[in-house]
Amino acid sequence: MAELNLVNRPIHELAAGLAAKEFSAAELVAAYADRVAAKDGEIKAFLKLDREQALKAAEAADARRAAGKPLSDYDGIPVGIKDCIVAEGETCSCASKILAPVKSPYDSTAVARLRAQGFIPFGRLNMDEFAMGSSCENSAFQKTANPCDVSRVPGGSSGGSAACVAASFAPAALGSDTGGSIRQPAAFCGIVGLKPTYGRVSRYGLVAFASSLDQIGPMTHDALDAGILLDAIAGGDPMDSTSLPNPAGGFADAVRNSSGSLKGMKIGLPKEYFTGSGLASGVETITQQAIEKVRSLGAELVEVSLPHTRYAVAVYYIIATAEASANLARFDGIRYGDRKEGRDLVDTYFKTRGEGFGDEVKRRILLGTYVLSSGYYDAYYLRAQKVRTLIRRDFEEAYKRCDLMLTPVTPTVAFKFGEKTSDPLQMYLSDIFTIALNLSGNCGISVPAGRDPETGMPVGIQFLAPALDEARLLQVTDTFMR
Amino acid sequence: MEKPQIDIKYVAALARLEIRPEQAERLQNDLQNIVEYINELGELDLTGVEPTAHAAALSNVWREDEAGTPFDRDRMLANAPALMNGDLIRVPQVLPGEGMN
Repeated sequence: MAELNLVNRPIHELAAGLAAKEFSAAELVAAYADRVAAKDGEIKAFLKLDREQALKAAEAADARRAAGKPLSDYDGIPVGIKDCIVAEGETCSCASKILAPVKSPYDSTAVARLRAQGFIPFGRLNMDEFAMGSSCENSAFQKTANPCDVSRVPGGSSGGSAACVAASFAPAALGSDTGGSIRQPAAFCGIVGLKPTYGRVSRYGLVAFASSLDQIGPMTHDALDAGILLDAIAGGDPMDSTSLPNPAGGFADAVRNSSGSLKGMKIGLPKEYFTGSGLASGVETITQQAIEKVRSLGAELVEVSLPHTRYAVAVYYIIATAEASANLARFDGIRYGDRKEGRDLVDTYFKTRGEGFGDEVKRRILLGTYVLSSGYYDAYYLRAQKVRTLIRRDFEEAYKRCDLMLTPVTPTVAFKFGEKTSDPLQMYLSDIFTIALNLSGNCGISVPAGRDPETGMPVGIQFLAPALDEARLLQVTDTFMR
Repeated sequence: MEKPQIDIKYVAALARLEIRPEQAERLQNDLQNIVEYINELGELDLTGVEPTAHAAALSNVWREDEAGTPFDRDRMLANAPALMNGDLIRVPQVLPGEGMN
């Protein structure tokens, strides 16, 4: 076998290599594991990687292929998994001390569906604790570095997943997106990150942060791989009553059959995302170039308006923290997880949670508790839910005038470690372009668009589409990236 | 708008969260700044606007009330922080009074 090149290799190329017997799944997995062993000391994307277990799964895939019975074209291809998406027998710490001792007794639906196609869950990827953060600096265990510049953050909360793909530690990874946690790190690391429509992918086995916003999605090198993974994981699930019963599939074929032109496509530019939005000049330059590119590919550009954009951060940090304060109430050191014994039951709760949660998680639990507390519920939580309706309607109105929207993903490129940790509100405000999408429930994708002339760091752009329109979103992404 | 005053100890007690004294002031400041920011929602007229609790327009998702395959008992117990007699989860004393073992 010739030296196996892993750098920036997408799933579909590796699948072709497996089919042509250029390499075996065991060789592939061993090569990725070697690469992780050699380079992850610097990047720190993985919280854990069990090489032997992955190799065993790869050998089983090779045996199936030799017998002419592979589970799919992708049997034996490794996929990195964010640590909040549980897999049987694996840790699911969510990068929190409070869950450090726990091993999941079951597979999340997303992981089970990957396994059913022969994909190999490959390691546990670092994240901001309980997915709360935009830089991976809130992990209780390690700070993941951006593979494009190790003095910078990879973004968050799925920073480990983005770094894993960008560093070619696996061809693709799963992340989760509550307010931009797939799209922002994808933009920071120069890869593709898809947030599917709310309910497209079952949340069963995704440790809940904000249940009405959370969604699992693929982080990949290109649109076709995002389609391949979405084909594998999407679709209704009796274990998640909020999963959508709509037929899901054919996403990869949609990309394969895409016309390669944007003729007839109306792409909206929401003016609130461009004027006075604090875009760094390099991001603005690349975004303008992307706009010109979609125009030259045949798209018609129309200005649209999402007038309640300026309230999205406030609405998000009320709704997400309210839901989080309720969801994280279950971590009390009684049935599972780390327990700090106190004088009695209540004191044990206080100590376990006080020592088990990091600062940002505490901050959000406190904010969520405050906005739900007696006397404040109507003023904050109920009011935020009403403004969420207005934000959702903004999108409905905009899509009467266009098929998709194009926006920036982040106001700046990946920042340096420690640059934003002192002021949590400033960190929250950097989510401005990603969070409205979660509030609306629609789908969106972060796409590499170029490099910042000043720093050389990747810049992403975002395509947004109406609910259930992932196929078109992926086609446009593919056309744009060609 | 006036900066909101938040009693961080009261909120932390509601959340069953121990806050170290040296953390309390900073968390209180952070929270007050964030709440001051989110107070901007007060300027909107929301008369007649229905709240959105959920993005997916699903309702009444029922399933048959059938027994399924339960998780393996030993594997669930393996995650418990403390056991009693090998198959019970030991919890700290709930009611005040004489200690028990």
